[in-house]
Amino acid sequence: MAQAVETLTPSQSGLKILRALLVVVGVGIALWLGLRLLTDPDVFSGLGPNWSKVSQALVALVLGVGGIWALFYAANTIVEVLPARASDLLRPYVFVLPAVAVVGLYLIYPTVGTVAQSFTEVPEGAGPLTNYTNAFTNADVLIALRNNLIWLLVAPAAAVVIGLAFAALVDRVKWESTAKSFVFMPLAISFVGASVIWQFVYAWKPAGQPQIGILNALWVWAGGFLVDWGIVAQVEPVPWLQIPFWTTFPLIAIMVWLQVGLAMVILSAAIKGVPVELTEAARIDGATELQAFFRITMPSIRGTILTVYTTIAIAVLKVFDIIFVTTGGNLDTSVVAVRMYQEMFRFRNFGQATTMAVILLVAVIPIMVVNIRNLRRQGIGS
Amino acid sequence: MTAATSRMGRLSRRTNDGAGWLVKIVVFLIVAVWTIPSLGLLVNSFRTSVDSSSTGWWTALFNPLASDWTFDNYVRVLGSGGLFDALVNSLIVAIPATIIPITLAAFAAYGFAWLKFKGRSLLFGVLVGMLVVPLQLSLVPLLQVYQGAGLTGSFLGIWLAHTGFGLPLAVFLLYNYISQLPKDIFESAYIDGASPFTAFIRLVLPLSVPALAAFAILQFLWVWNDFLVALVFLGTSSNVAVLTIELASIVGSRGEAFHLLTAAAFVSMVIPLIVFLALQRYFVRGLLAGSVKG
Amino acid sequence: MKKYRNWLLLAVVMGIVVAACGGGDGEGATTTAGETATTGEGGAAGDTGYENLDAALAGEFDGTTVDVWAQWLPESSEASNFTYTLEPFQEATGITVNFQPTPDYETALQVAVDGGNAPDIAQIAQPGKMIQYGDAGSLIDIGSWINTEKLEADMVPAFYELGLFNDSVHGIYYKADVKSIVWYPVQGFADAGYTEPTTWDELTALSDQIVADGNGNPWCISIESQEADGWVATDWMEDILLRTAPIETYNAWINHEIPFNDPEVLEAAELMKQIWFTPDYAYGGNTYINATWIGETQDPMFAEGGPQCWMQKQAAWIGGFWGANRDALADDPALPQTEWPIKPETDVDFFYFPPIEDEFGKPVLGAADMFVQFEDRPEVRALLEWLATPEAAAGWIERGGFLSTLNTVPPESYVYPNTELSVLVQEATTLGFDASDLMPAEVGAGTFWSGMIDWVAANGENTEEVFQGIEDSWPAG
Repeated sequence: MAQAVETLTPSQSGLKILRALLVVVGVGIALWLGLRLLTDPDVFSGLGPNWSKVSQALVALVLGVGGIWALFYAANTIVEVLPARASDLLRPYVFVLPAVAVVGLYLIYPTVGTVAQSFTEVPEGAGPLTNYTNAFTNADVLIALRNNLIWLLVAPAAAVVIGLAFAALVDRVKWESTAKSFVFMPLAISFVGASVIWQFVYAWKPAGQPQIGILNALWVWAGGFLVDWGIVAQVEPVPWLQIPFWTTFPLIAIMVWLQVGLAMVILSAAIKGVPVELTEAARIDGATELQAFFRITMPSIRGTILTVYTTIAIAVLKVFDIIFVTTGGNLDTSVVAVRMYQEMFRFRNFGQATTMAVILLVAVIPIMVVNIRNLRRQGIGS
Repeated sequence: MTAATSRMGRLSRRTNDGAGWLVKIVVFLIVAVWTIPSLGLLVNSFRTSVDSSSTGWWTALFNPLASDWTFDNYVRVLGSGGLFDALVNSLIVAIPATIIPITLAAFAAYGFAWLKFKGRSLLFGVLVGMLVVPLQLSLVPLLQVYQGAGLTGSFLGIWLAHTGFGLPLAVFLLYNYISQLPKDIFESAYIDGASPFTAFIRLVLPLSVPALAAFAILQFLWVWNDFLVALVFLGTSSNVAVLTIELASIVGSRGEAFHLLTAAAFVSMVIPLIVFLALQRYFVRGLLAGSVKG
Repeated sequence: MKKYRNWLLLAVVMGIVVAACGGGDGEGATTTAGETATTGEGGAAGDTGYENLDAALAGEFDGTTVDVWAQWLPESSEASNFTYTLEPFQEATGITVNFQPTPDYETALQVAVDGGNAPDIAQIAQPGKMIQYGDAGSLIDIGSWINTEKLEADMVPAFYELGLFNDSVHGIYYKADVKSIVWYPVQGFADAGYTEPTTWDELTALSDQIVADGNGNPWCISIESQEADGWVATDWMEDILLRTAPIETYNAWINHEIPFNDPEVLEAAELMKQIWFTPDYAYGGNTYINATWIGETQDPMFAEGGPQCWMQKQAAWIGGFWGANRDALADDPALPQTEWPIKPETDVDFFYFPPIEDEFGKPVLGAADMFVQFEDRPEVRALLEWLATPEAAAGWIERGGFLSTLNTVPPESYVYPNTELSVLVQEATTLGFDASDLMPAEVGAGTFWSGMIDWVAANGENTEEVFQGIEDSWPAG
């Protein structure tokens, strides 16, 4: 997108350049001072602990957000001073590089280190691929990989379908806000709270004892009828979390319960972004609500649906806490992220731990590629 | 699309609500299934450990008068000396850690979506690809860097850390939304002589408010409920301990006082819910209406 | 654009103004645990036999701080008791001990050490962890500066030796746990006419008796422990193996000089099956064993109509978890044992887990917490030396729930059950340390645990497969 080029007199462009430089210098000083300020423990100490922290936070917000804006403004000013071609060439980087830089330090640098370690942390004299061969011949790792696949096939689809259905339906209900808050609530509950919640859902007590988990209570109660009618001799409560292999599914249910809120939040925003006029026009033309939804709304938000699916799929690949805290990965329910944790913190086998991480990284690449291709295909972006 | 049509649109929406009884039922069912597990936790948070582990929580609901209700769990959690400070700390960590990533991500997402440049796909792919990096892996290398820079135990350190960890998702979500904005609005803007920077500020940001709000909710929540990053970068001393750390400390080393978690979970949930309800308003339908053929 | 220029100016001005206002005093204080104002009555001044401690008591390190991390969380009785115990030291030396109970300990400590942010002293519960840190070069060699003769003389030999790494002291054991005890309801036994069994045969006979009497099930067993699921089963295996094979075999098993599924070990497994998987022996069967959290294992013993299960083998910390005790201690972690709703000794007492084969005498299985050192300063050394003296145990012993690793603590100073336990330890023919804590983590905190869970899920029918699997997983080299 080329912009209209103004022609400036030498003094005007001179001023522009000067202004640009002043802006940059000014911003630079302000940020440097701000950083000094924030890392100096003495500055706020006179205000008392809570106020000191609050002031720190406020200064950080101002400097952070203001600073970022200022930086962009400064960079933009410089870029605009340049001749048009250079300007167009550099401008995108102004927008993009700060984020890339931050991610570069916090994620890319450790990741590169991780990938390298997976090849270099090997026992004396072993080849660079040792960790990988060990991983793929380890029965426990293969079980974990199988489980990740099951999770990947089931969980994101379930969450997206339910989330989409709910977002679409609730959009038309009067008490929309309340309904959404309830479905959203699991996201607000800390993970630890969620694990306690589900322990009370899946809890098992021996037959004959009062059940404290709601699933088994329902199971035993419903089973009571079957016993009364002579269909079965007795009904035993089910140890939902202790069934080798099958326990993965109750765990997936927990994840879906959490993720539907996420899907709903994003999809709801997207659905509301679809102009009402479009669907109304379709209704006027005789389409039913359902048809309008599938023919107008859904295609409009297809990109978002895919994004949500991808986001959840990635979260599912990384799933750790749910499994670690309920079964510890035992009974054939482990996944790669749990293996990674165990290798890293319990067995201190960094080679194996980093290998698990690389496996996850590689697994996500196809998902990302599909998503980006799809967005491109829809003709997104100039 | 005239104003008349829009008005009619609103009118017909209102009559829809009355007719959708099936919709109402389905919505109600989903809400019920989603809420019942949490309800169990709420009820148990008012019961003693012995009661919670011997009878179902619904029995207490069906016989409210015969049951032993207690506030002890809440008293214990709220009475823990550091709770208020922990709450303040959590807010101090969470608010900048939400706003800063959104700012950076908005700029980046716009750049990736609407500006052409060399290496765009690669950079985007790498940036968003970082979504999959398990957090535990970055801890040690980053902590070493922090030690060198003197950032351990500082709020600045954790704001930056959360920014770094949250950016991939932020960029990803905002990219999706911003890239689907109609091309035409930019065309009109450029014809009017606006620079990309102006277009960003005057067009993209206001139009992206739902996406910004959506991400803000998610990031705030993630930071609010985060435990590991706070533990490693901020620490456990009372002047910096956040709510999750404070609450985790209340549960004993073998999980004694496990039942206090019931109360703790609700105590920590109040503020995120408020944030959610507040930001919900920004998901307003029809922000784009009228902007195409304006 | 004008708007933004103003913001910018504001930011610059603010920055300058606030920076100029900078400059204050002292850094943010870190909170300390249990520092009181009373003048010390603490340890004896003068010659303790430890030079750093002597210097500390003479006030040379007054005003310094030592950071100690432990996995005992702030509201737990352990943390409360440890804080109480530390008070005399702080008063007498003026050193501030910054005790940081740390949640998610396994991860937090490791990240801190690897990231360069380690505490001065850290508590750990497994010698295996000490070896891991030692291998990584993170530990300070305590043996290079401490009076090892005195330490060796004062400590129970088994614990002294387990603190060695590369033949030098790297860890100082502090608090011991005895696992070879079985708890039972006093009144219940009296009413039903049962007596404490003193041999394995009597134990199984009692179990059969309880089943025959229709009084519920003889055994309360469960192993669910969230991330650490399965370790209770490993304790049973170890206790039985100590009773059916010589200590040399036990140690060879730990060091992998014999395979994990050596015939002697499998024999021990058969005996364990006898208790765990004989129908009607274990309350709730194998499902209960895998499904029930270890803190609630014994709840059926306190059922309203009389005990539904009658015996649980577990170390003494379990007392705090008996039914109503959980709530009482949650309200007040410092509640003395005599005021617990379910009181040890009067309501629930223990007997020694009986020997199986006479030739192996009366072995005792135990584990312990140790302290290791990551940073070296004189005041850190002083605290470590103090932790190896009886004074460091005094406060906690008084509160109850503490068994020292020192042989300089007189048994009379203990309260129940540690009085009896310390005698048990002293009279033991063999003292075996928890094997799973000593094996490589891949096994001892990995496949051994998960293998036991799989074994229980299969009701003990796949013994060979499970033990072979664990053997196969032993890391090479």
